[in-house]
Amino acid sequence: MKMEFDIASGDFKKAGRASSQIKKVLKQLQVDPKIIKRIVVAIYEAEVNIVAHSFGGKLTAHINGNSIEVTLTDNGPGIKDIEQAMQEGFSTASKEVRDMGFGAGMGLPNIRKNTDELNVTSEWGVGTTVWFRNQF
Amino acid sequence: MKLSEIISLTNARLVAGKNVESNDVTKAFSSDLMSDVLTLDEEHILLITGLANVQLIRTAEMADIEVVLLSRNKRASQEMIDLANEVGLVLLETPYSIFRASGILYSNGLPPVY
Repeated sequence: MKMEFDIASGDFKKAGRASSQIKKVLKQLQVDPKIIKRIVVAIYEAEVNIVAHSFGGKLTAHINGNSIEVTLTDNGPGIKDIEQAMQEGFSTASKEVRDMGFGAGMGLPNIRKNTDELNVTSEWGVGTTVWFRNQF
Repeated sequence: MKLSEIISLTNARLVAGKNVESNDVTKAFSSDLMSDVLTLDEEHILLITGLANVQLIRTAEMADIEVVLLSRNKRASQEMIDLANEVGLVLLETPYSIFRASGILYSNGLPPVY
């Protein structure tokens, strides 16, 4: 099963729609609630990252048998130093993002915590791709 | 702790949610930082917060939080109430501050997450 979502830059009200839809599907598939939580938290964090930090992007989820693969690609600006971005507490978020309860530099580390496999690639000036897979 | 007890102890108002009697909570967490809420591994918890926006409801949905208490007369918007009802979240409003609500619930036996 393939699901695709467009994610607009700065549109916080819609952030979470993809994670919510995917949560519904995983519930219907009777996936263990603890595993669903790990998956949807990772997706939500990644969605919020695109809304907060990028010029917009796309999320694609593939559910095959007993695993889910999620790919998020954005249209830039990209991450200058991925290692630094993966460190807990490092953040480039605006005051607006922080006022909404995000931007504490915990997103990417939390995605790593909640995924079985994670790959983040980025080119400054081009964009970022976050890919992860979870078994269930 | 029963939801009816939380409502009575914090002088709260129920603004969204059904099945109130089946939503007992085992622990509580107070935070305005949604990033922190998303790192919790616990279930059946009460979130006490001063943050009243749609992201709060989405965060609660993803983090499997079933009950949220908005402190210090923060009002839930209609959009928040609609989304809370859609995702099955109980939303409460209390006139008390986060500190006071947390203190009362803690001293009445509701344990913290950390």
